[in-house]
Amino acid sequence: MLRNYRADLHIHTCLSPCTDLDMSPQAIARQAKHREIDILGICDHNSAENVPALMQAADQYSIRVLPGMEVTSQEEVHILALFDNLEPALALQEIVYSHLPGENDEEAFGMQVVVNAGGEVLHFNPKLLIGASTLSIEEVVTHIKALDGLAIASHIDREGFSLIGQLGFVPDHLEIDALEISPRTTLEDAEERFQPRLPLTCASDAHYLDDIGTGYTTFYIEDRTTREIRKALRGEDGRRISH
Amino acid sequence: MKLNAIKEQLGLRLLTADTGLEDDVSGAYASDLLSDVIANSKEGHLWITLQIHQNIAAVAKLKDHAGIIIVNNREPEEETLRKANDEGVTVLQTSDSAFVISGKLYRLLHPEG
Repeated sequence: MLRNYRADLHIHTCLSPCTDLDMSPQAIARQAKHREIDILGICDHNSAENVPALMQAADQYSIRVLPGMEVTSQEEVHILALFDNLEPALALQEIVYSHLPGENDEEAFGMQVVVNAGGEVLHFNPKLLIGASTLSIEEVVTHIKALDGLAIASHIDREGFSLIGQLGFVPDHLEIDALEISPRTTLEDAEERFQPRLPLTCASDAHYLDDIGTGYTTFYIEDRTTREIRKALRGEDGRRISH
Repeated sequence: MKLNAIKEQLGLRLLTADTGLEDDVSGAYASDLLSDVIANSKEGHLWITLQIHQNIAAVAKLKDHAGIIIVNNREPEEETLRKANDEGVTVLQTSDSAFVISGKLYRLLHPEG
């Protein structure tokens, strides 16, 4: 049966160095429930290591977690990758890790905390997650597609690290599923400003608990899978999105 | 100043066809944010960047730049050079950083100081 699901597809956890350490799995899941979110996209910078903990923590609230990550291309464009299961997210992580130079400096960038569902520290990720991979944006999208994931260009209304900010416009051939806008831009403004040929989604890009659910997209779909979300983005089989 | 003279004096490597080397260079602009280049660079500028994505060819065409200088010996993607040749955009390469090549080019374009 088709119904509306509210999705915030772009949430960071305490693994992202720029994120508040209060962004633990339990706290994120509780806040998402409070904000009536049905689908959470967990997208840390260049890593999916906190996804298992989030999946476990969100389970008690019947929130669906889509395993993902926010990949930084060599052009310094941020692209969201979202999957149905952990496996392809970890496969993408392996590819990204092998193209991600540098080591984190906690004093400069912040801590990168890998936790379990209870919020206990398992270890600190040593990689430079805030850095850019050496993969071109085309390569990033090709890898996501090969793993049957959704590829969404992050916060195109921002100047830094966005597809339009870094590259001026959306390359014609790029096989992405949607363009994300942040809560600070309305749908109407975005449509006028970008005149997009691709569907627009809104997400919070939460780095603090209070950000969660401040941006969301409503998907009218049968079940909470990337296949259904893709159909909704394309307006197929009665599926659709609203804001 | 002609693009060819700049190429010779700064030892730039030509990566595309030589059809645009007689173009006049009116000035230059250094930036790696293509949205900023679209907003602020001018016609006839030589654009200094480390971006190698194929969108640089379209932006240089759109802004009617005299050419692009890619810094740090970065190698543009094949598709970038194909598009640049298709669009008649001249792409040059230098081992210098953006700072160093900007300084050299500034001195060349403003000999009075």
